[in-house]
Amino acid sequence: MNDSAHPAIPAISGVVRDTRTRVRRHTLAVRVMHWINVVALALMLMSGLAIFNAHPALYWGDSSYTARGPWLEIGARDDANGNPIGYTRVFGHEFTTSGVLGLSTDDGRMYAQAFPSWLTVPSHLWLALARSWHFFFAWVLVLNGLAFVVYTFASRHLTRDLLPTRSDVAGIGRSIVDHLRLRHATGEAATRYNVLQKIAYLVVVFVLLPLIVLMGLGMSPRLDTLFGGWVDWFGGRQSVRSIHFIVAWLLVAFVLIHVFELLVNGPWNHLRAMITGWYRVPQERGHER
Amino acid sequence: MNADDESAPTLAAPRGGASVAWGGAAPPAARRRFLGRVAASIAALSVGGCDRLSQTNWFPKMLGSAETLNGRLARAVTGHEAMAQEFPPADITPNFRSNGTAVPDNPRYAALAANGFRDYALEVTGLVAKPARFTLAELQSMPSRTQITRHDCVEGWSAIGQWQGARLSALLDVVQPARSARFVVFHCADPMEEGRTAPYYESIGMDDAYHVQTILAYALNGAPLPIKNGAPIRLRVERQLGYKHAKYVMRLELVESFVNIRGGQGGYWEDQGYQWYAGI
Repeated sequence: MNDSAHPAIPAISGVVRDTRTRVRRHTLAVRVMHWINVVALALMLMSGLAIFNAHPALYWGDSSYTARGPWLEIGARDDANGNPIGYTRVFGHEFTTSGVLGLSTDDGRMYAQAFPSWLTVPSHLWLALARSWHFFFAWVLVLNGLAFVVYTFASRHLTRDLLPTRSDVAGIGRSIVDHLRLRHATGEAATRYNVLQKIAYLVVVFVLLPLIVLMGLGMSPRLDTLFGGWVDWFGGRQSVRSIHFIVAWLLVAFVLIHVFELLVNGPWNHLRAMITGWYRVPQERGHER
Repeated sequence: MNADDESAPTLAAPRGGASVAWGGAAPPAARRRFLGRVAASIAALSVGGCDRLSQTNWFPKMLGSAETLNGRLARAVTGHEAMAQEFPPADITPNFRSNGTAVPDNPRYAALAANGFRDYALEVTGLVAKPARFTLAELQSMPSRTQITRHDCVEGWSAIGQWQGARLSALLDVVQPARSARFVVFHCADPMEEGRTAPYYESIGMDDAYHVQTILAYALNGAPLPIKNGAPIRLRVERQLGYKHAKYVMRLELVESFVNIRGGQGGYWEDQGYQWYAGI
């Protein structure tokens, strides 16, 4: 944790008001791109789950119909007593997931659908329209992502704020402990991203998002002709579809952790910072309240 | 689709015992109930909003414009001659899945099938210099191609099969399309709706029609094409999704535009909202 004494915080260029230091945390460009990303990612996930519902099984390899069978399958069937249940089969292990996966209830009416209506766009099975939503917002996601990457380089947001410094790397162990104990940074340290945060953002921007787009392109029967057999580098078309699905859930996991960290580190302060740009720097413990 | 389907899912509020009020704050159960209702309203608003947008005329059109752009880009990036991936015999899916129609509900087709398709003839009409009919034997004696390719269904699954068939380009060379011909329409024997109505149909552009891998397949995995996979003739247009690969093809029609055919979108599934260009 940062040891600098309150209220002398030389690194901050913000104004001091009521002994609380406020700083401009996010530039307008970052804020706009962040919220576009929120909308695009949410709609990509929900329309993607709707597309998945048309054939709720995942395989490894080129073909879906090998001796191996699917490694993931979500469906509905009758149990031994003839009652309908929803199931999820992962590597041959079956779990009953009625109410969430395979079989859900809406207004007291049961319906068989892999992911439930409230998670998908459109809400009921309508593959053609789900594809339209998906491919439209794919453009929003990709153009916004490209704009962000160009911006991070051009504005030096990347080198100044996102790349871990040498001392960041040295302090990585302490940062992990701090996160686990839900201890958040104060003072000058709170004006910068912490090292785990930096790594998470870099992995999302430069690994997960490019990978999920590439895996999406790999499912196109036309784009896989681009140069002979590139889809096989990732295990084949069905593997590409599996990776696309897995990366989608890794992104969901990132968002859940991201929102959790927000909730335990002053949700309104962070939310305001992402809307107005202004962030109130939390002070040393003992000085507050 | 019914707009009323998206009523807010009712979140069961936790029913604890008597709620204790602390220092004037809302009792935890009530607060949870309130937060639950807020969350449910937001979910219903956003998902319901998406469904309402889906039911307008303009919104799906706007979404679809991106798909048209995707198609153009994919074709531009890969080039006309790009070849779909081909596979070694070991990769062949043993029992090639039948999707859509498995047996056409059509008495005329049933009669042809009963006779081993000896009376079958593929008609070619429309914008051609020499309209013609080709028996199965004639098609089998035309320049052919054998290819092991992957069939990708729009639903998400794939299967690999070895297809043998007459090159569509060879057939077109015989009938000589007019300069104005821009699409080949495939009229099929399988009715898609109750009462033996709405036979399947599809269409492709001339770039795909003349592509090396575009064939009128009469054999699958070294045997005559089974009925469940489209006997006697099915289209293979390898760089597009499965619904373009018309089964039970009875007639080809060369046209300048398909807006006056059936729903006007160029195919049975296209008339239901699927994209005409299915390379994505």
